[in-house]
Amino acid sequence: MKSSSSRAFEGALAIGPRNGDAPEGPGRREAAAAEAHRAIEAIWRIESARLIAGLARVVGEIGTAEELAQDALVAALEQWPAEGVPERPAAWLMGTAKHRAIDLIRRRKTLERKHEEIGREVERAQKSLDLDAIGEEVEDDLLGLIFTACHPVLSKDARVALTLRVLGGLTTEEIARGFLVPVSTIAQRIVRAKRTLAVAHVRFEIPGGAERVARLASVLEVIYLIFNEGYSATAGKDWVRPALCEEALRLGRILAELVPTEPEVQGIVALMEIQASRLGARVGPSGEPVLLLDQDRTRWDRLLIRRGLAALERAERLGGALGPYALQAAIAACHARATTAAETDWPRIVALYDAVAQLAPSPVVELNRAVAVGMAFGPAAGLELVDALVDEPTLKSYHLLPAVRGDLLRKLGRSEEARAEFERAAALTENGQERELLQRRAAECAAERMAG
Amino acid sequence: MRVLIMAKEGDQSEAATPPTPEAMAEYQKFNEELIKAGVVLEAGRLYPSSQSKRVRFDGKKRTVIDGPFAETKELVAGYWLWQVRSIDEALEWLKRAPYDGGTFEIREILEFEGI
Repeated sequence: MKSSSSRAFEGALAIGPRNGDAPEGPGRREAAAAEAHRAIEAIWRIESARLIAGLARVVGEIGTAEELAQDALVAALEQWPAEGVPERPAAWLMGTAKHRAIDLIRRRKTLERKHEEIGREVERAQKSLDLDAIGEEVEDDLLGLIFTACHPVLSKDARVALTLRVLGGLTTEEIARGFLVPVSTIAQRIVRAKRTLAVAHVRFEIPGGAERVARLASVLEVIYLIFNEGYSATAGKDWVRPALCEEALRLGRILAELVPTEPEVQGIVALMEIQASRLGARVGPSGEPVLLLDQDRTRWDRLLIRRGLAALERAERLGGALGPYALQAAIAACHARATTAAETDWPRIVALYDAVAQLAPSPVVELNRAVAVGMAFGPAAGLELVDALVDEPTLKSYHLLPAVRGDLLRKLGRSEEARAEFERAAALTENGQERELLQRRAAECAAERMAG
Repeated sequence: MRVLIMAKEGDQSEAATPPTPEAMAEYQKFNEELIKAGVVLEAGRLYPSSQSKRVRFDGKKRTVIDGPFAETKELVAGYWLWQVRSIDEALEWLKRAPYDGGTFEIREILEFEGI
């Protein structure tokens, strides 16, 4: 029904003024309208997830819920600039969406020619859409929305796009910018995701029992995918895109409040907080990556480290010390606790990687373990583990394998082999900044060889 | 972006009597809503200026001044550190705060550049 309305939404917000400068020429009315637009944009960011979640509970699926919410937004964009922002904007938006929902249900029922049911159906819709009731179950609704948007029936890409859209309140354009893909790609992903959910008859609910574990894992995967895309961008010229990390962190913090006793949720929050604490230090003055051991640790964000360590403690207290995210957070915490790189407790990191490898063995984990072993017990021991991975098919085009191998070879004084590995790694990465770093390392190895 | 909210509560900033339980409950309810929205990074309240000190720098000279300080309108009584997407978002949140007096200031904290 409303592809036009969502287009109206994005168009309207895209042309809205972005900064707080008062216009010089135009009169007060335009300035007030611009202010209203900015307010609407901010209110949408705050309210959209709750709005969509509340509506989804009533209409049973998120596709229609989002369209109804968008309709309410379009109405706000039409009315607020002229009439002013209402005192309770959230209630206004919900009230407007509620009327649209009742209209919709009435129209659907008419179409189905079940006249005798219309009255009852509308009455029921009005009751369940009672404004007073909305807000009471807002937390359950939000949780339901998270579980639905991250449903395993959807592809990873679809889950990420839909989550940022309905939970983050981001526009299709903003999501596309974050992932450096065309707007049409994201728009298609979202449309297809909604269709998939409808076709699969995915019910808007909070899963329980054994299903909950798998569904929660799917949610955490989506959040961490978003975080990682910001933390070490897989494509493009920038090494980090902090805005994506912030979105992921926000989702994680919200989820941790919704399900405070899930240890892995605390674990992923801990992991993201601690990793995000290094965002400012892992980029050099010209945007180049600075690796963990070379970072200026005084630039690490102590507030985020403190928050991360507290979340890790909660995960452990909840009995989740050995969860996959909590373990990774514990590894990140080892780095966070070391004031200098030399003080890093590498044997403990090796032990933690042993635990990760036992829980979820993978070549990438093995590679990370090899790095830790190299630091704890010398480069030869690390290299032995890496060499065992060289023929691993899943790592065939993974740039960090030759990068790590190059690093260990270099420490062993085998500069020429190291140079070749860094060159190979540079050819494999898709990130421009990372490629430059690897090429620089290759050049350093070549120079060392000349000097040696 | 990260913003600092400074609560300049006027006379209340210097009041030795704590806020009423009703006011505290209102505040806590609001603060909880902010936490649940993933907005609050940190929050704190400050003692009255009678228990504070100032250090004035003038070249090599340091002058210590004991509180209380006179300019009650400018005195900060509490602070929040928020993670928001824009100043406008901070503004919309702040407007919902359950206060009936004082001035609250929103300042963006300098950070490295985002996307």
